[in-house]
Amino acid sequence: MKNTSAVPTSSLKAIVASASVVTRSGATASSSTGSASSNKKRLAIAGFVAIALLAPFIAQTFGGNYWVRILDFALLYIMLALGLNIVVGFAGLLDLGYIAFYAVGAYLMALLSSPQLTTQFVELAQLFPSGIHLGFWWVLLIAGPVAALFGVILGAPTLKLRGDYLAIVTLGFGEIIRIFLNNLDRPVNITNGPKGINAIDPVVFFGIDLSKPQELLGVALSPGLMYYYLIMVLVIGVVFVSLRLQHSRIGRAWVAIREDETAAKAMGINTRNVKLLAFAMGATFGGISGVVFGAFQAFVSPESFVLWESIYVLAIVVLGGMGHIPGVILGGILLVGFQEFLRELAEPVQKMLFGQVYIDAEVLRQLLFGLALVVIMLYRPSGIWPAPKREDRPVVRTGARSDTSRLEGGAS
Amino acid sequence: MTTLLLSVQNINKRFGGLQALSEVGLQIAPGQIYGLIGPNGAGKTTFFNVITGLYTPDSGTFMLDGQPYQPTAVHEVAKAGIARTFQNIRLFGDMTALENVMVGRHVRTKAGIFGAVFRPTSVKREEAEIEDMAHDLLEYVGIGQYAHSTARNLSYGHQRRLEIARALATEPKLLALDEPAAGMNATEKVELRALLDKIRQDGRTILLIEHDVKLVMGLCDQMTVLDYGKVIAQGLPQDVQKDPAVIEAYLGTPAH
Amino acid sequence: MDIFIQQVVNGLVLGCIYALIALGYTMVYGILGIINFAHGDVLMVGALTALSAILGLQYLFPGMPQWLMLVVATLIAMPVCAFLSYGIERVAYRPLRNAPRLAPLITAIGISIILQTLAMIIWSRNPLIFPTLLPSSPIDIFSTGAVITGKEIVIIVLSFVVMVGLLLLVNRTKLGRAMRATAESPRIASLMGVNPNFVISATFMIGAALAAVAGVMMATNYGNAHFYMGFIPGLKAFTAAVLGGIGNLAGAMIGGILLGLIEALGAGYIGDFTNDVFGSNYQDVFAFIVLIVVLVFRPSGIMGERVADRA
Repeated sequence: MKNTSAVPTSSLKAIVASASVVTRSGATASSSTGSASSNKKRLAIAGFVAIALLAPFIAQTFGGNYWVRILDFALLYIMLALGLNIVVGFAGLLDLGYIAFYAVGAYLMALLSSPQLTTQFVELAQLFPSGIHLGFWWVLLIAGPVAALFGVILGAPTLKLRGDYLAIVTLGFGEIIRIFLNNLDRPVNITNGPKGINAIDPVVFFGIDLSKPQELLGVALSPGLMYYYLIMVLVIGVVFVSLRLQHSRIGRAWVAIREDETAAKAMGINTRNVKLLAFAMGATFGGISGVVFGAFQAFVSPESFVLWESIYVLAIVVLGGMGHIPGVILGGILLVGFQEFLRELAEPVQKMLFGQVYIDAEVLRQLLFGLALVVIMLYRPSGIWPAPKREDRPVVRTGARSDTSRLEGGAS
Repeated sequence: MTTLLLSVQNINKRFGGLQALSEVGLQIAPGQIYGLIGPNGAGKTTFFNVITGLYTPDSGTFMLDGQPYQPTAVHEVAKAGIARTFQNIRLFGDMTALENVMVGRHVRTKAGIFGAVFRPTSVKREEAEIEDMAHDLLEYVGIGQYAHSTARNLSYGHQRRLEIARALATEPKLLALDEPAAGMNATEKVELRALLDKIRQDGRTILLIEHDVKLVMGLCDQMTVLDYGKVIAQGLPQDVQKDPAVIEAYLGTPAH
Repeated sequence: MDIFIQQVVNGLVLGCIYALIALGYTMVYGILGIINFAHGDVLMVGALTALSAILGLQYLFPGMPQWLMLVVATLIAMPVCAFLSYGIERVAYRPLRNAPRLAPLITAIGISIILQTLAMIIWSRNPLIFPTLLPSSPIDIFSTGAVITGKEIVIIVLSFVVMVGLLLLVNRTKLGRAMRATAESPRIASLMGVNPNFVISATFMIGAALAAVAGVMMATNYGNAHFYMGFIPGLKAFTAAVLGGIGNLAGAMIGGILLGLIEALGAGYIGDFTNDVFGSNYQDVFAFIVLIVVLVFRPSGIMGERVADRA
């Protein structure tokens, strides 16, 4: 779209470009002392990947199925935290009701792939004589857009609110959804209320039922183990999408809104739509996690979607390193790991030291969790592993333009 | 007679009991540096906020580049072609200088969620162009080597330049600067003046609010003086300077 | 029709309690611009402290008149809460005055969790019975068919006394003047010789004392006290503060009573309105819906907000 002011913009580009050619030719190439540290980095990543791949086997050998399931839940929390990271970490929207999207996904799975609806509604039982069993993969496909829609609906009223108010309103939404799930068993029983919905279909992968132990090349594969790899693939997908979003026009727009919404608007960012996009993306990830949760646990109830869970996921994001994807993953590992260690050790250690248990493991865990929130906000507010700054890295032009023939300005 | 770039007429804005702007109008020709001065509280920033959509005027018409212009939503303003800087610098503090300028390209680019996730060639190219142009603009304003510095860690003078670079990234028809020299020392002001001159020579139009009358007199092609929300003088700097109404409003001409 | 009067009575009682809690939120928001998330849990500490005090008094002075025990217990709970809130402000909010808004919110959540778990440890995870020390036999109201109990009358009357007392404090005393000045502009107030930190601490402490009274009222009204009793009422009271106009004292009082009425009437009539699709088990949802509606359509509340100018 050409503008009609007296001097075309393309000439500005030409002048700027010629100036930059001059400076670029004088710029020094980046030195290669960076390669030593990038080797270390590659090694660390390789090590991490190896541990991640072997973790369930290690856990199974040393701890049994219980610990494998812990790993599975850790991955689910990580996936949730990565989704919330888009809303809170990138866009700076303090969502205290995020668990609602997890619930949407989980209950979608529960309603579309279990006996619940056909048991309650005779008409449906007649329409679907063998029951409604859409199966994990179809529900997964549906859950994304459905959750995104919820994200937009819940996000829309919050667009003009400042930080604290946004938090309370999203908290309110989360609670409203939970209350509805808890009470939609009367007059018609949709969600089965506090009793929850069970007998949810498991994931079936090319005919293999992941909820039954399998064997592959002589190796025994427990359900927990198989689900681990399934969830991990999804987590990798979420990480990939998050990274792509982070380094994109939309990702930058999100951070701009977080940093200064007025300036972002002045730069032409349609903050309303961009914020809704953040809610929608975050909700999508939440919903997908929920579907997996429903299939994995084979049972859902409103108890799994209480306010505490929203706070827990928020804590993973904030304590791990807001907006920094590796930090969030670390946060998830630490929080879940620490929680489990505490659960294992709290009572035996107290018995050993004091002769009796003064504080339950569960209560102690919550107490320390609260303390962690306070302490980390006071002393390390950007999280345990915030995004590194690297301000002194050399300015290297890696752009598309490598020749000067594009001096005459391109499209505007 | 060249077409006017910005023509503003009969702007009125009232806040409760205060008539912040009454019948304000001005006309900016392309390629000019146009100055807007006046004592504190005269309504300069209010006027700015009106043309950039932060405030809705009670009445008035705008024409931008020959087309009627309705600054309703703030984010439409940049798209229409007016980019502004702020009196108390509003950068994206946690982003690098480069990223700040890249955000300036938002309004002229179009990759969305799908483009971000799937990265087809067109998006890859768009991203490369964005980064290139951002680097170019940083060099243009003289802070190219600070591309990877976090914006909030830059010195004050560099932050001001960064804000200008970011505004330029939107390819504006009109660059609107709200007191760009505030808080600068004499050397920095000289450098700023050189930069604004350069921008004008490259064909940009600038609307400038400033308090430093000396800077404005030497730099501007045309000026408007506001006082208590009304235009009290308009025209060439040397004429405005001699206008008795202006002298009275300021009660003391430049003495820096 | 008799359900209407009854629900009005219930709503009034509930509303008075919300009003007392809302005052604490609104005063803190007016001066600091933050939501004191832990305020509801301070209320809980007040109720449980009063409970322990009552049990102690019952053991030490079995002959003491019951209403006196309640008064003494409340008078013990108030300073406990005041100092607790003072401590919270010093530890969790003051160091973060210049941090981005997210930080004090997270610490507040952390403090809320800490208070709840400490309460679980010190008192119990289970609800504890709060002795009925005030007359609770129903009294008919002028043959309208509605009833009210002695304790409800006390709650209403006492709340009004406290609210009037607070208004007198804020409008007629030196401290009150200092509070109003700091709420308008902390910087200018300090130029006038007001120590903003002192005023802020006083604000937290007064709000906490009110919350303690509210906590005792709640526990008396429902007959029990437990570690989670403060959180949701706290959120609802915050809604009430927003409804009335955040930072505005009269607004908090009106907002509180109004919210109580909305909740009680809503819970009472929703069955009728929706043909029993939705019942009174959706009561909690009302406050949240009110909050969302107010913030979307009239964010400055009924009486207009008053927040410090911290430019």
